[in-house]
Amino acid sequence: MKKYLVILTILGACLFFVSCSDMSSHSRGVYLLMDTSGTYKSELKKACGIVYYLLGTLKPGDSLGVARIDTGSFSEKDIIAKKTFDNRPSVSNQQKRLFKERVDKFVGSVKGSPYTDISGGILQAVEYLNETGAGKKYILIFSDLKEDLRKGYIRNFDIEMPGVHVVALNVTKLRSDNVDPREYLNRLEYWQKRVQDGGATWRVVNDLERLDTILVDG
Amino acid sequence: MSTAELLSVVPDSPVLSGLILFVIALLLLYLARAPSHRAIRSLGAVLHSAMRIASRSVLRTEQYLVERNREVLLAAGREAVERSIEREFQRVDAVVKRDLSAYPALQLKLSEQITLIDEDYRESTELPPPPPAWVGAVEAVANIQPQGDGTVADILMEIQESTEKQYKKAMNDYRDSMGARHALLKRMMPHWRKLAETLYKVGKNITGLQERAKVIDRRMDEYEQIRARSVRAQQTLTSSSMTQFVISGFVLLIAFGGAVINFNLIALPMSEMVGGASYIGKYPMASVAAMVIILLEVSMGLYLMESIRITNLFPIIGSMDDRMRKKMIWITFAILLVLACVESSLAFMREQIAADTEALRQSLTSSETIQPVNSWIPTVGQMVMGFILPFALTFVAIPLESFVNASRTVGGVVAAMVLRWIAFMFRLLGNTAKYASEFLVDVYDVLIFPPLWIEKYAFHRASEEQVHSQEGGI
Repeated sequence: MKKYLVILTILGACLFFVSCSDMSSHSRGVYLLMDTSGTYKSELKKACGIVYYLLGTLKPGDSLGVARIDTGSFSEKDIIAKKTFDNRPSVSNQQKRLFKERVDKFVGSVKGSPYTDISGGILQAVEYLNETGAGKKYILIFSDLKEDLRKGYIRNFDIEMPGVHVVALNVTKLRSDNVDPREYLNRLEYWQKRVQDGGATWRVVNDLERLDTILVDG
Repeated sequence: MSTAELLSVVPDSPVLSGLILFVIALLLLYLARAPSHRAIRSLGAVLHSAMRIASRSVLRTEQYLVERNREVLLAAGREAVERSIEREFQRVDAVVKRDLSAYPALQLKLSEQITLIDEDYRESTELPPPPPAWVGAVEAVANIQPQGDGTVADILMEIQESTEKQYKKAMNDYRDSMGARHALLKRMMPHWRKLAETLYKVGKNITGLQERAKVIDRRMDEYEQIRARSVRAQQTLTSSSMTQFVISGFVLLIAFGGAVINFNLIALPMSEMVGGASYIGKYPMASVAAMVIILLEVSMGLYLMESIRITNLFPIIGSMDDRMRKKMIWITFAILLVLACVESSLAFMREQIAADTEALRQSLTSSETIQPVNSWIPTVGQMVMGFILPFALTFVAIPLESFVNASRTVGGVVAAMVLRWIAFMFRLLGNTAKYASEFLVDVYDVLIFPPLWIEKYAFHRASEEQVHSQEGGI
């Protein structure tokens, strides 16, 4: 009788721990798209600051991808660096150092692209983030949001990205925006609609002094 | 048809309709007066009775609880006094075993010392004075008158010289003998001192035993009072429980602070072992693992304290045979030691990880690396804390036991107070319902006062007429 009681207790304890263990992922996945078009190339130093901030903020188990936006961004070749950090803090720190080196190297040698394919970059980001299985997914777009597609590139379709938080960073005003600010507002509105139609949330953070607000839900 | 249409008795004249309806309502209320009064009073009585029954039931529960609290309090007090008396007897036993078991040896030692002193004393007794005959001869010779005879004078001179010599010799012998006796007496001194010391020790032990006996007497008085269930004993025990509750609660709070520090010390390095991305519920696995280690330390501390018989939370451990108990002491101590070493290592690892993360952050912010002054001090400090805290947490068992015991009494007192308050509220509600029903009856009568007034007037007239007719008849 006692033996059965012990076995039952152990089984109960196992069931308790199994039921308690959270199956949903608590890790975060962040994908930063850096605009390397001619008009925006000079802003890349700021993007580096954002990458550093992310490296300092993300925890072991989180994922980070950094990719460029160029003529055709829906390609693995445009990914500068991507990593799901190890669960152990010491290993994770080492991985972050290597990540930083790679990004620094890219920023030092980047060449401007003639076209800007933001939609392709977002598609690539959604694909990457879904692969990581992160619980919270963020796409950071470091761009002026002026999409300029090469002839023949088709991007006018809905991008499904439910549960993703899209944050537009440092959306600079173009010279034409100063002439007619409605262009700037329309651009923002267009992207907001597109993102929200895809099931994601949309935010704009232009003040890079407030980077702590980037990885906040909704 | 709407309600307004239904209620309009006279179309296009709402005032008249209202008046007619009011009169009808008054009549209906007047006709239903007696049953309405009964219904209102019954409702009040039902509520009053229900509340009274509920109040009585709660009060009975409260009395049961108070009785149970008294039993718990007295049982706890009796147990505490029993333990105290047992401890006092153990001390007495220790004193008896330590000091009085050596009493025969002490007695032997004392008699030896007394014999030695006796012998010395006997040896030091004074020698008998010179025989009186010799003194007489000296006196006779001294009384012979000089007669001018030279020979006699010479003889006498010789005798005088010889006597003086003898006298000197006798005096010297006497002095030597006196010296020897004094030496013997001097030799007795250490024996006397030793004897006095031994007797002082015996006296001290006896005094200690007497003090213990007084303490036991006091405890026995307390025990008698508890057994007699005296009010004074109950008051003393309740007050003592309250004090214990507050003090042990305060100490437990301090221990909780220690546990929190301990937790922070090992939570970060734990992520190196169990990973930083796993979660149980919404809590990181590393934090849960750190918490489990701390709880394990507290549990081991409890078992250790139980095995040493400092606390008595688990009677099964206290009632183990001594061999098993000693084994348990060593096992729990060994586990605690291992956990302390693990914590110390984790504390060291924490410092390493923190330094590495700080270096990474500095490289990310491109600021110059700043070397902290004496950077080994926090590392060593953390390691020492990591080693000591598990052992410090061991002592949580003592206030925990006091807290558990005291909370039984305090919880009982609080529960009894709450029950008393609930009973009072039931009583209050019941009485309110009773008097509210009376009030409603009066309000009812106020509402239908016109027919009541008419009734009273008619009744008055009728009775007056009756009186007149009776008077006329007479």
